[in-house]
Amino acid sequence: MRPFWSGTITFGLVSVPVNLYPATRTNRAPLRMIGPEGEPLSRRYYSEKTGKDLEADDMIRGYEIDKGKFVTVTDEELERLAPDKTRDINLTLFVKEESIPPVYFERGYFLSPAGNSEKAYKLLAEAMKERGNVGIATFVMRGKEYPVAIFSDNGILRAETMRFPDEIRSVKQVGLPEKAKTNSTTVRKFETLIKKKAKRTFTPDKDEETAQLLKLVKKKEASKSNVIQLKESDTSDGKVVDLMEVLKRTLAGKAK
Amino acid sequence: MAARAIWKGNLKLGTTKVPVKLYSAIEDKTVRFHILDSGRKRVKQHMIEPETGEDVPEPEIRKGYEVEPGRFVILEESDLESLKPKASRDIEVSSFVPLEAIEQQYYERPYYLGPDGDEKNYFALAEALGNQEREGIAHWTMRNKIYTGALGAQDGYLVLSTLRNAEEVVSAAQLPKPGGTPPSKKEIELAKHLVGMLEGEFDPAEYKNEYRERVMEFIAKKAKGHAPRLSAVKTKRKTTSLDSALAKSIESLKKGKRAA
Repeated sequence: MRPFWSGTITFGLVSVPVNLYPATRTNRAPLRMIGPEGEPLSRRYYSEKTGKDLEADDMIRGYEIDKGKFVTVTDEELERLAPDKTRDINLTLFVKEESIPPVYFERGYFLSPAGNSEKAYKLLAEAMKERGNVGIATFVMRGKEYPVAIFSDNGILRAETMRFPDEIRSVKQVGLPEKAKTNSTTVRKFETLIKKKAKRTFTPDKDEETAQLLKLVKKKEASKSNVIQLKESDTSDGKVVDLMEVLKRTLAGKAK
Repeated sequence: MAARAIWKGNLKLGTTKVPVKLYSAIEDKTVRFHILDSGRKRVKQHMIEPETGEDVPEPEIRKGYEVEPGRFVILEESDLESLKPKASRDIEVSSFVPLEAIEQQYYERPYYLGPDGDEKNYFALAEALGNQEREGIAHWTMRNKIYTGALGAQDGYLVLSTLRNAEEVVSAAQLPKPGGTPPSKKEIELAKHLVGMLEGEFDPAEYKNEYRERVMEFIAKKAKGHAPRLSAVKTKRKTTSLDSALAKSIESLKKGKRAA
């Protein structure tokens, strides 16, 4: 698994080159499209006019300014539009973790030291841990800009991309009704209910959907008519690498 | 300006039901592009047999799960149908945990809940949750998917955030710490000092998506026929020793503070 992003975290004049990998696994049981002959299929883009399949070089990104009318934007143009200061994660502010409302957080990533940055990496992780705070910056990754919070978590740096404030709706924008006066008996009724069902800790749920899918797959596999076995030479190139293995390897300094 | 509800459901706490409407709390402002061919027309997609390049029409496509490399188990439409959860409008709230009990990594997507005909119970529940400083653990099905969520109170209103499941989250506790030379006590003190000097308050108003604005400006200019020139980006990085970088940073921050 290649890193999702590579760049540098800076605080003051200290630079920490890093590689970024997801901290979440999505779609743990992907389904492949299979053709009538039993072969795994591939997706292709094609031109409706010519009917021909298109290669990357034949295609361009376009923004629709009017129905059917587009302004094209190349990879290079997008790259050049990223302001210099957001190319890297420049930590100019450190705040207490609790001061960021959870609604801002979007997705987590783990950072591993790249090059010879282990010492600087550990320094940042230790300093943030001892001061009990998180570093804040904005940066551009894969053509999108994000505010980001860097956490020190068990000696490892974890980046949580955030949403911009203008992307978070207020109660007013959603159009929720004005608050109604509450009846104290009703409030107490609910408080009693809450106390009755109180638990001290949270245990995340198991992925029931994937479990059910895998159970069904196992059942169906028992019947040969449901199974397609490709010959050695035709084995699919869909290598499934577990995220955990990748993260362990990269943090142990064995990149790739 | 009011948003449209995405879904309607009933919060179930024991035998009490509170009807609610679900609204997205997020407004995605990502600049969306389409993929075009050389004739500036939107491209289409299809599935092909990689060996022959032949198009395979949708009715002939089947879905398979790869149990081992090269070994697929075919799932029919009826199989996929059987996997769909039973439809229900109930949002079961089974327990309530303290506010810090759910780790931040588990929160996925926030929604607002609005009352749906029963404001009395809705606002009373929101107040009760606020008073108790707890979040409810909720389960419901929506659009053929099973969801787990955290039901919370925010300024007297109810919010419901979807939560990731155990297998989706990799926790730092499961990972090895990076190897290499550990920093010295002195270096840690300097770094702490530096971080301390950069401490401040989190102010959301400070964060605007400048990149998005620049992209939209660029597009607007191009649309008018101007071809804005964009300079290439050069990233220079001075390589200084770690200790020197720490010391210089602190010095320059001190100077900055004195001048302010």
